[in-house]
Amino acid sequence: MNHWLTAPILIPLLGGILQVFMGYAPISLRRTIAIATTVLLLVSTIVLLVLASDDGYRLYAFGNWQPPFGIVLVLDRLAALMLILTAILALFCHLFAIGGADEGNRQFHALFLFQLMGLNIAFLTGDLFNLFVAFEVLLIASYGLLMHGGGTARTVPGLHYVVLNLIGSAVFLISVGMIYSVTGTLNMADLAVKIPRIQGESLNLVKAGGMMLLVVFALKAALIPLCFWLPKAYAKATAPVAALFAVMTKVGIYAILRVYLLVFGDDAGELANLGMDWLFPLALITLTMGVIGALGADNLKTLVAWQVIISVGTLLAPIALGSEAGISAALFYLLSTTWTVAGLFLVAELVANQRGTAGDRIITAPKMRNRTFLSVLFLIGAVAAAGLPPLSGFFAKLLILKSTTPGPEMAWLWSVILIGSFFTVIAYSRAGSIVFWRTVEGHIEKPEPLGGNVSVAAGALVALSVIIVALAGPISDYTDATAAQLFNPDGYLQILEAPVVSEDK
Amino acid sequence: MELLFALTIGVLTSSGVYLLLRARTFPVVVGLTLLSYAVNLFLFSTGRLATGGQPIIGSTASYSDPLPQALVLTAIVIGFAMTAFVVVLSLRNLADNDDDHVDGHQGEDNETQLTREKEVTGK
Repeated sequence: MNHWLTAPILIPLLGGILQVFMGYAPISLRRTIAIATTVLLLVSTIVLLVLASDDGYRLYAFGNWQPPFGIVLVLDRLAALMLILTAILALFCHLFAIGGADEGNRQFHALFLFQLMGLNIAFLTGDLFNLFVAFEVLLIASYGLLMHGGGTARTVPGLHYVVLNLIGSAVFLISVGMIYSVTGTLNMADLAVKIPRIQGESLNLVKAGGMMLLVVFALKAALIPLCFWLPKAYAKATAPVAALFAVMTKVGIYAILRVYLLVFGDDAGELANLGMDWLFPLALITLTMGVIGALGADNLKTLVAWQVIISVGTLLAPIALGSEAGISAALFYLLSTTWTVAGLFLVAELVANQRGTAGDRIITAPKMRNRTFLSVLFLIGAVAAAGLPPLSGFFAKLLILKSTTPGPEMAWLWSVILIGSFFTVIAYSRAGSIVFWRTVEGHIEKPEPLGGNVSVAAGALVALSVIIVALAGPISDYTDATAAQLFNPDGYLQILEAPVVSEDK
Repeated sequence: MELLFALTIGVLTSSGVYLLLRARTFPVVVGLTLLSYAVNLFLFSTGRLATGGQPIIGSTASYSDPLPQALVLTAIVIGFAMTAFVVVLSLRNLADNDDDHVDGHQGEDNETQLTREKEVTGK
């Protein structure tokens, strides 16, 4: 039992409740308390990261119920990595939001914090049904955030997003039910013990359940053919919300990693590596689709939204191949791409604010204000996203390419990633040169000056790609250890034997 | 009982899916509701169907699995909240676009829409 594990859930929960009740307080007070909550959350995730880096598993059993009977929170390296990724991203998004984007809706900060709570529950939980609940918590907050800022443009993409995710929830419940009806448990560690023992008719039931679960996670991760809702919804969302949503697709990827390596891993008998042969080609098609979308994008935010899909494809391809080096490389890329994409969303918003009526559309327009600063940010973000040296995207993609073993998969992966990266560079250079260089004579209404908060937030997220390169050694050591831990699930299974209630009570 | 139960779930699911594929938000919302009913019944059946069983060990000779009942309860609450949200959102869509089509419009551009309106209203 380790009570620290509840901190990343309780901090945004209490902070969010506080925000709900102070909706009419002065906005500066609400902002201060909200940002303080996010900072506190970051501190708690750093503590958890330190705890997790000794390769041990930390357990928190709600109500002292012995697992597998109660709901458990489990902290391992992967969970800690996802928590800190989210907390750092959230801090900068929040910083950007208090630069003015949080006006117009009194509950913005509450929704933002509840969203973080949902994400953190999803990363920490060791129970399949609790994962469903976490998805619902983060989804209902995301529905509210997606609508934030109003305007008719957001209604239709929002409606699509909500309906799709409701169908996804229904499918999730069906697959959970199918798995439960055979195994009689939903605790992930217990499932990993019971699934290899299943035989006969029930095997197909679990197989169907497992594949349907993959569909749900693929919808969350925006894998083709379930990715077309994403560009419109993300491009229309308010910038800090879109930037925070960069981590939403990664929740799906986290769930695939967690469930399919632990429950349907190499030891799962007849169900070993379920669905992974489907995942690989789909990931490569997703990557291709993302590149085509990026080439065809007519505004900066849509371009970045397609970049989210490109990164999903790039992440899932090595995960589907399932080598330890590949997973480690994918985790490295996960860190790099999430922050870079989020930074690019923020930069696109800043660019849109400086260009008058042209907004973030990729068209020629009168010369914008603060062009040097913004173009440098865009350049760094684009270089990191496309995977050009010397920034983090390059090293991440290099690790992914290096992790493959010779064979047809290697040929496919190398060619799709390399050709895809080439066309991504074309898409970014086309957008960047039209937006920043090809200016026409004209007059722009004097735009609002660049605020300190928003510049710092966008700059810091983009600059993280430089910091990742500087800290590449420790980070890749950590991801290597994470992959090794994921491939050795015996430790995870031991939480079943963990003594929860002490004997003398 | 199994056959009846399975048929009920099947009919609810197929009607739900059919309605989900309609082009108006109202049938879509009704379809989502039907689908969530089907899912709840399905979850309920994962603890095996039994009549007269109590979820407490020792109270009766045959007892039923309490966990699916708890899961269904959670799913009902979440499904109810989500349905409420999607109803409000559909109303917002109707108000914003003067149309309850799921894409906000019928797939025709504004000009044809204007021409049609002119024809109808005679302006």
